[in-house]
Amino acid sequence: MSASFEKGYNALKEQVDSTVAAFFSSCVHCGMCADACLFYTETGAPERTPIHKTEPLRRVWKQEYTLLGRIGKLFGIGEKVTDEMMEQWETLVYDSCTLCGRCTMICPVGNDIAGMIRKTREGMAAAGHAPPGLIGATKRAITIGSPMGVKLPALQAQIAHVEKDSGMKIPLDVEGADYMLLLSSMEIMNFPEFIDAVAKIFKHANVSWTISSEAFEATNSGIQIGASDIAAELVQRIVDAAAKLKVKNVISPECGHAYMAIRWDGPNLIGKSYDFKVVHILELLDDLRQQGRLKINGRLKERLTYHDPCQIARRGGVIDEPRNLIGMFADNFVEMPETGKMNWCCGAGGGVSSNERADEIRLQVFQRKKDQLDAIHVDGIISACSNCRIHLEDGLEEYHMEIPLLSLTETLAENLEES
Amino acid sequence: MTETELLTWVRGPGFQIATIIFVLGIMLRLFEILMLGRKANLAEAKGSEMSSGLRTVFSRTIPDASTFKRSAFTVTAGYIFHIGLFVVIFLFAPHILLFKDIIGFGWPALPSTVIDATAVITIITLVIVLVHRLRDPVKRFLSNFDDYLGWFVTILPLITGYIAFHRIGMSAPSLIAIHILSVELLMVVFPFTKLMHMFTLILARWYNGAISGYRGVQS
Amino acid sequence: MTNDLSRKDKTLGETLRSQGISRRSFLKFCAATASMMALPPSMIPTIANALEKARRPSVIWLSFQECTGCTESLTRAHTATVESLIFDSISLDYHHTLQAAAGHAAEAAREAAMEENNGKYLLVVDGSIPLDNPGYSTIAGISNYDMLMDTARGAAAIISVGTCAAFGGIPHAKPNPTGAVSVSDIIKDKPIINVPGCPPIPVVITGVLTHFLTFGTIPELDNLGRPKTFYGQSIHDRCYRRPFYDKGLFAETFDDEGARLGWCLYKLGCKGPTSYNACATTKWNGGVSFPIEAGHPCLGCSEPDFWDGGGFYKAISMPTENITKTTIYAAAAGVAVGVAVGATGRMKKASASKAHQKVTIDDLEK
Repeated sequence: MSASFEKGYNALKEQVDSTVAAFFSSCVHCGMCADACLFYTETGAPERTPIHKTEPLRRVWKQEYTLLGRIGKLFGIGEKVTDEMMEQWETLVYDSCTLCGRCTMICPVGNDIAGMIRKTREGMAAAGHAPPGLIGATKRAITIGSPMGVKLPALQAQIAHVEKDSGMKIPLDVEGADYMLLLSSMEIMNFPEFIDAVAKIFKHANVSWTISSEAFEATNSGIQIGASDIAAELVQRIVDAAAKLKVKNVISPECGHAYMAIRWDGPNLIGKSYDFKVVHILELLDDLRQQGRLKINGRLKERLTYHDPCQIARRGGVIDEPRNLIGMFADNFVEMPETGKMNWCCGAGGGVSSNERADEIRLQVFQRKKDQLDAIHVDGIISACSNCRIHLEDGLEEYHMEIPLLSLTETLAENLEES
Repeated sequence: MTETELLTWVRGPGFQIATIIFVLGIMLRLFEILMLGRKANLAEAKGSEMSSGLRTVFSRTIPDASTFKRSAFTVTAGYIFHIGLFVVIFLFAPHILLFKDIIGFGWPALPSTVIDATAVITIITLVIVLVHRLRDPVKRFLSNFDDYLGWFVTILPLITGYIAFHRIGMSAPSLIAIHILSVELLMVVFPFTKLMHMFTLILARWYNGAISGYRGVQS
Repeated sequence: MTNDLSRKDKTLGETLRSQGISRRSFLKFCAATASMMALPPSMIPTIANALEKARRPSVIWLSFQECTGCTESLTRAHTATVESLIFDSISLDYHHTLQAAAGHAAEAAREAAMEENNGKYLLVVDGSIPLDNPGYSTIAGISNYDMLMDTARGAAAIISVGTCAAFGGIPHAKPNPTGAVSVSDIIKDKPIINVPGCPPIPVVITGVLTHFLTFGTIPELDNLGRPKTFYGQSIHDRCYRRPFYDKGLFAETFDDEGARLGWCLYKLGCKGPTSYNACATTKWNGGVSFPIEAGHPCLGCSEPDFWDGGGFYKAISMPTENITKTTIYAAAAGVAVGVAVGATGRMKKASASKAHQKVTIDDLEK
């Protein structure tokens, strides 16, 4: 109700820093980022070239932060950012980008294009040009505590369910635990097995852990829509809960952008370093493996591959850990062509899955993943992000492919020695 | 103005003016960028910014195999004309003398026949690159005046240099003067066009590597 | 160099024979001249025939702001060559350095020749003409300018011998205190052949004369009025050291290995690439050598403003001014301006942060 072009323009001005200036100064319009972006390769639409999506930010940089641009602006020449222009860019910035960062990896001059699209979203959101789906999710995250509208009672019901099935106790609000586990709404609603799996592994490895009833939601719509103020508020809830429970570590669950939000963006959003460490569940599991605290009994004979969630691997730095873990139980592991930091996005990250308007295109660009999978013929895909997992399931169904999807944590738990 | 006067002007005041704009412009642009600064990262690091940044400055020169396959033309043509420009600009004896005069030291030159052949290859490649830019949907879509101006001022000294070397059409003093003049045009335009990437890509690659390296990713 | 009017009626052939030049050596000269002027061998009889029959033309030689080097070049050939005989065979009616007459008699000879051969005599000029003050250079109380204008009026053609006459030369060099100009700067209505060089090669002077005597026309000229036959190719293109240039082998100093091995002198400032003259082919002193062969870079003396070309020992590709200093100052200024502009950018960014209004979920829509 109070979004305005002025606010958006101001937000873009805030976003420009030396990195942005260096990046825009270096772009030679070689177009290679288009070839690295599944939204271009699968649609062939030149306007979906990654660097073009940052145009509003580029114009602000040029007009406000370069001598020539500023002189030009005085005389009224140069390309201006207008409200109409931002409106036009909305679908490029939100519907056609998952912030996967593959463009960032291949740009020959080294531009962090994905990072700049993320920055562009700050301006778009403040100007009121964010997709309605994402706005709804963000509102629910703030008011209800979860973008999917999951409230504490829902979690409690799932916990009760898990406890009943497994006979294990799920520790809720245990003060002084070593680890505080965060969950994504999808895990709570769609994949409660995840809670069961974590409980089983932690029991097996004797890890002291807990879940906070006040801040169990790991996802952060604020960083997807590009509203740092809102993202900061969501991070602060976790920080407060961790302080309240006096935990030493916070575990980010199998969710890509949640890891990005709490691990890499969080301290910068709230403007202060944490008093606790943040680990991704896979980092913790690999740590346990190294300490010899994970005993495997069964080994899987199926031909398996691993889908690197962008925010965990390319943008997050968790690349070797999943492979170490998979090596514990898989006899027949194959990499997809272009893997690890060069893996292709599933097509639904960065808020695309919350944006109903993008449903069609996200399934269209899934063709990219299909091609990758067609090249290796596997019996199962392991991943570590519930958002990827849901979209992969959607995509496989759309393209009539029958490949089971596995969560790494859950698969590991299933193959643990009974203790 | 006689030919010799023109040649003397482009070697003297002309080159002086071009150098001032070139050097001043580059430093201006670099400091304009650096002065903006960036916020310190408060998240706990998983890797080193500095080493990853420095590595990326060099490693980004070579694309990974799949990227090369996808952008084979852009990469190959890019390599050819960049290496060609390097050879022609920095390994031709008369050019080395110019650098030696300014920075105080020189280096061995390549035979002029090699330079001549390289110049021809580079000119042809740049022409093909322009045709590709005009025909490729993405490149054409992205291109603006800056791209074409950058192309023009880059190919011009190559062509004028080639003509001067072979003394085609006019007498040598005029041809050499025109060649130097075209280089001066390049120098004047350089800091304010995408040609600046020659310097800013060091910053950009470093930042890219630093951002990734901080999170423990090799970029 | 005589005022003996009776000799003027003799043809060139007669004069040569009376001086004991055999027909054989005369034809040899014609052959050499033909090859020098890049004419086919079939033209040799034509040349011989034309020269045989040519009446000794009247030549008036005016020397203005010059050093007499051009005359020296022509007259001090160490052997009596046929070309010098050709020169002897013209009727040089006025040349104040060479003629026997002096004072009023000398000027009278010039006036007489002008009157007698009005519209037919050849005017040769060496030296530049001062325009600032006529008193800078006068002959018999007549300013160079007046004498040139007066003498040029009845000339069939003018040959500007030497760089001073052709392009202003050394008197024209900065700061040009006398306001020196070339012949072609002031004479616009006569055919002018520039034979520049400091001095010009003697054969080139006689070659041009031969051409004029043979064909009665002026030879084909380049854009600077120089006969293409002699000035059509750069020293660099005809230099015997050119292969070293192409291989990248250069003398770095005058006494290094490269210099001893006769490598290219480009780095020592050779102006061969920008200079057009016949030095590398006809050479000097009867074809003995030329400056580059003697180990010294070409100064480019046949080009306009060669004295102001940025230094004889600075390679053509080198800037003529101190660019190191310029670079340092420009870099410092660039940093200063960059920091200043960057600082205002920083302030702008800070004020944008200040103007930031917290975005809440109620601020996501318009």
